[in-house]
This record gives sequence, structure tokens and C-alpha cells, in this order.
Amino acid sequence: MKYGVVGGIVALSVGVIHLFASQQTTIVLDGSTTVGPLAKAFAEHFMQQHPGVKITVSESGSGNGAKSLINGTCHIATMSRAMKPEEVAAAAEKGVKAVAHVVAIDALPVLVHPSNPLTNLTLAQVKDIYLGKITNWKELGGPDVRIVKISRDTNSGTYECFEELVMKKEKMADDVEYVGSNGAVRQRVMTTPAAIGYAGLAFVDKKVKAISINGVAPCAETARNKTYPIARPLYMYTNGEPPQGSLLEQFVNFYKTAKGREITEAIGFVPVN
Amino acid sequence: MDEAGAQGIADKGAREVTTRGCCPPSGLLLSAGARRRQRFFHFLGQGFLFGVASVSAIAVFFIFIFIVRDALPFCTWARLRDFFTSTRWYPSGSPPEFGALAIMYGSMMVTVGAVVVAVPLGIAAAVCLSDVLPFSLRQVVKPVIEILAAIPSVAYGFFALVVFAPLLQDHGGRVLAILVWLFGVPVGALAVLVASDMLSRRLTSGGERRGQGLIAAALATVVVIALVWLSRRAATIQIDSGTNALNVSLILGIMALPTIVSVSEDALQAAGSELREGSYALGATRAETILNVVIPAASGGISAAIILGFMRAIGETMVVWMASGNAAQLPRPLYNYLMPVRTLTATIAGDMGEADHVTGSERYHVLFVMALVLLLISFACNSFSEWIIWRRRKRLGV
Repeated sequence: MKYGVVGGIVALSVGVIHLFASQQTTIVLDGSTTVGPLAKAFAEHFMQQHPGVKITVSESGSGNGAKSLINGTCHIATMSRAMKPEEVAAAAEKGVKAVAHVVAIDALPVLVHPSNPLTNLTLAQVKDIYLGKITNWKELGGPDVRIVKISRDTNSGTYECFEELVMKKEKMADDVEYVGSNGAVRQRVMTTPAAIGYAGLAFVDKKVKAISINGVAPCAETARNKTYPIARPLYMYTNGEPPQGSLLEQFVNFYKTAKGREITEAIGFVPVN
Repeated sequence: MDEAGAQGIADKGAREVTTRGCCPPSGLLLSAGARRRQRFFHFLGQGFLFGVASVSAIAVFFIFIFIVRDALPFCTWARLRDFFTSTRWYPSGSPPEFGALAIMYGSMMVTVGAVVVAVPLGIAAAVCLSDVLPFSLRQVVKPVIEILAAIPSVAYGFFALVVFAPLLQDHGGRVLAILVWLFGVPVGALAVLVASDMLSRRLTSGGERRGQGLIAAALATVVVIALVWLSRRAATIQIDSGTNALNVSLILGIMALPTIVSVSEDALQAAGSELREGSYALGATRAETILNVVIPAASGGISAAIILGFMRAIGETMVVWMASGNAAQLPRPLYNYLMPVRTLTATIAGDMGEADHVTGSERYHVLFVMALVLLLISFACNSFSEWIIWRRRKRLGV
């Protein structure tokens, strides 16, 4: 047991030393499952542009990303929320200065079937639908049919975002249907006249209708200027500002490039200016 | 062939049991060293084969050990009580709730639905293949049915989600009415036949049976009226959500078909032509032979087929994850197949990704408790089918 602990510490410190020694060619990311796909797509393209660079992306959740950055086991913490004050304090204690980079905005349009006459709902109404307090479209001025509620599975960052911004951590009704991907949400809403669902902006097209929330239509612009309520910034945190011209600096700022913006949109997020 | 050889063949069965495959009783006489060497290699070869054969058994054993190991941290009385009695499944909530009653009920519901779909169809198809169709046609039809088993489950799931779910939503009533007829006609016909036979037997004691045709006609009219009424009722039903227990039950039933057809067809074949010829020789018709002789003789194998089909349905993941709606609720009323349900397998698949890291270990270990429940159900089913076959053999004195 004792040897195990010692061995672990040795291995960990060797790992950390290795991390710093090879900073030139290796970038380690850890954190949010929401930002993960974006970071992976960035990494893939970045590695093509810079042969010899190795980027690893782990998705262990925002909180674990913060922990990794504080403990020095990653270069970039990807987070779908801002660092909490206690995390920032813990980082400062270890001599880590957490610097935030907003790399994209995650906006979730609320989707209904194109035949649904409704065009606007309040955030509270959406919440009441998912809580099971409003069960019929009639109550909202629509046709007399039972609302079919579609949600992403509790496993996804999309769900987390919705839970935080719409449900305010309250538990959804038990007849909410869960599907495994944004595409499946679109598929279900597209084919179900009584459905309501939510998915990334990239999944809105003519076959599903994105309704306005509190009178604001979801689009890249309203997500950026924070008028659309179901939107949140996505972060990459680094230890201090990365030095100018370093690989780390180039990677953290990749979201600003044309290719970066294209990738961001393709994944379903809103690029930031 | 000399007499000893014939005797040897006759005794083969007995000898396989008594001699443990060692040197033949009257082999060549070898020197002591050669005999030792022979025995050594014999032992080595046997050991190797035994090792190979036990790999799968060891795998099962280790799967069980590892699932139990990861399930144990969840197991406190309070949590287990919630797990088995609460229907509130909020693994990511704060505080999280792990009530799996509705999920277990959902698993049971779609599995029973699948069995109801697959068993009559499967056994009918097996009987048709083994006793009705001409041999040349059978050679074509059986592989076609077996192709069903080769289709990946994600393809079934895609069909259920993209084709069948919208169909149920848009034309739910009509689909239900068609289903009423599809199931009602064969079941009704069978019921009429059996009931009229029994009634006429009771009405005319001894002697000839009369009036069976009349009784059958009367009963058939009642059945048809009932079916018309039922299908009319069904046609008015509006299905809110096409991803529900009915959708999954039908698809799972189709997926379980090849297993049930294959295994029960083998069992029917194994009943042997002597039995059939004996029955014909006693003057039985083909229908009587099939119903009264062949199916009873093959009932052990058919039961095994049903249980295998059941296990196929309860273990299926992709289709239920895509098309059952995954709503962790008890249907209201409980037999309502038109409501979305969530199953154990879909929950394990859907919640595994995040469970490890994000919300703490409880959410991870509860999935292993679910896996353990599934494993125990499979184990129970398997033991049950073994028991049926064993009892059957014992009764037949084999």
C-alpha cells in the first residue's frame, strides 16, 4: 500500500515534469463534454496544420477540467461554465493564474413542428412544459393535443445547459422522452406535430421551427449579444496568458481563424467575434 | 463388419459414459516408458482441450465477478429500497434519485410485448417450415428468415425511429385496427376451432358429433363482430408519441423471430419421421399429427426457443434506446403500450458515458446494479429452460 502511494506520486511527478518538458510539442486539454467535441475538431485541424504537434483532449467534465488545470496536469481546461470563485482561489494558492478565453457560444433553440401555430414562449412557459405543469398545447393557445416533450439524454452537455438555464436545476417530468443526439431531437420534432424539443443552432432548418423565447428569436446575433436567454459562453482556461507566438497561444486563439469559425458553426455552436 | 464391431457400435453409447476416453481396453501392449509417455501426452491434450472449452465458462464467471464488484458500492439498504420501489430516475439531479422500478417495468413490458409478437409467429413459421412446406421451398425460406438475425440492430432502430414512429403518430388508429385483425383472425380462428370441438363433444355424449359446424359458425360470427367492434374502437385512438412500448415491442418481436424459428424448427425436425409415420399409420391427418404428436414431442425445444427469444428481446439495447422514448415513467394505465417507456439496457447505454466522472460514483455503480439485475434475469431464464429440457428428458426416459 505504502509503496503504491509512493509509486503513484513518483509516476505523477514524472508525468507533470514530462508535461512541462514537452510543452513545445504537446498540448493536453481536459474538461467539459460540451466543449470536448469542439476542442477535438480544433485539435484535429491544428495537428494537420502543425505536423509533429500532439494534442490530447479528455472529457471529464468542467469541474475536473478546472482541477486538472490547478494541479498542472493539463495546459487547457475546457469548461462550459465560468470558474467558480473557490476554484480561482484554489488555483491562486497553487500559483496558477486562471485566464479565461471565450471560444464559442452555445445557444439552444427551442424547436416545435412547423405546423405548430405558436411563435413565442416565455422561458417560464418552457420550464412549465418540461416540469409537466403545462401538458396541452391548448393551454398556450395552440391546438388541443398533448405536448410530447423531447429532451437530450442526461448524459449530454446540451442537457446540462438546458437544465441550468431553463429548468434552473429543477427536475423534469417523468414523461419527458430522452434521445441520444441533437440529430435525433430534430428527427423526432420534425415528424411529431405535438413535439417540443431543443438542440444546437446548427440543427434548425425548414423542417423544424425554432420559436422565440421571451420575444427573442434564436440566432447567432442574439446569442452573441446575450438577449437570447438559452445561451452560454464556452471557455478554455489557461494558466496565465500563453506567451506570444507559442503553440499554446496559437491553439487557444484558433477559434478566431476562418477555419476555426467554420468548425465552430459546423459543430453547432456560435462563433464569437 | 464382424460381430465384435457391431457389438462395439451397439455399446458405443454406454462406453462413452463408462470409459473416460483412456486407452482402449485391449490395445497394443506397450513398454512401460511408452505407456507413460502415451499417458502424459494424453493428459496434456485433454488438459488443453479442457482449458479451451472452459474459456467461455471462465468468461461468464469473470463477467459476474466484475459486475458484482462494481455494483456493491451502491448497495446500501436505503438505496436498494429506492432502487426497487421508487419510479423517480434523476441520475443527474441534485440530489440524484435512483428509482428504477419504472425502468424495470419498462424492460419487462417491451419484452413481454416482443414475446407476444414473436412466439405465435415464430412457432407457426417453424411448423410451416418443418412439416408443411415442400423441401425445396424450405431451403429458400429458412435462410431468408435467418437474414433477419443478420440485420444490425441499429438498422432496426433507425427504421423504428424514422419510419414506424411517424407512421404510428400520423395513422395510429388505422395501424392499430390492422394489428387487431392481424392478431385477432388467427387467435379467433384457433379459439373457435377449440371451443366448438369441446362444446360439440360435450353436447353429444358418445356416438357421432353433430352440430360442430353450426356451433363453429355461431362462434365465428361472435368473434367477427367482436373484431369489427375492436378495430372500430382502435381506429379512433390517437397516438401522441410514436416512440413507445408498442413500437419497440413489434420491432423486438421481429428481431427475436429468427431465434425462435430456428430453434423450434430444429426441435420439430428432431421429433423424427418415425413418430410422424406412426401417427399417419394410426389414421391421423397431417393437422392432427402436427398438433397432437409433433408439437408435444418438440415442446421442450420450443420452450427453449421461447426463452431464447425472451432473452434476445430483454438484452437488446440499440433499438430500445432509439425508439422506446426513454421516459422513465410507469405507463398509465399500467398496460398502456402507447406510452414511452425506458428499459434497463437503454439506461445503461445512455448513462454510462458521463457516469464515471462527473456526478460521482453513485451514478456509475447504479448502472452495474442494473446490469446485475439483467444478468440474474438471464441466469434465471437459462436455468429455467435447462430445467424444462431436463424434466422432459427424464419423463421420456432418455
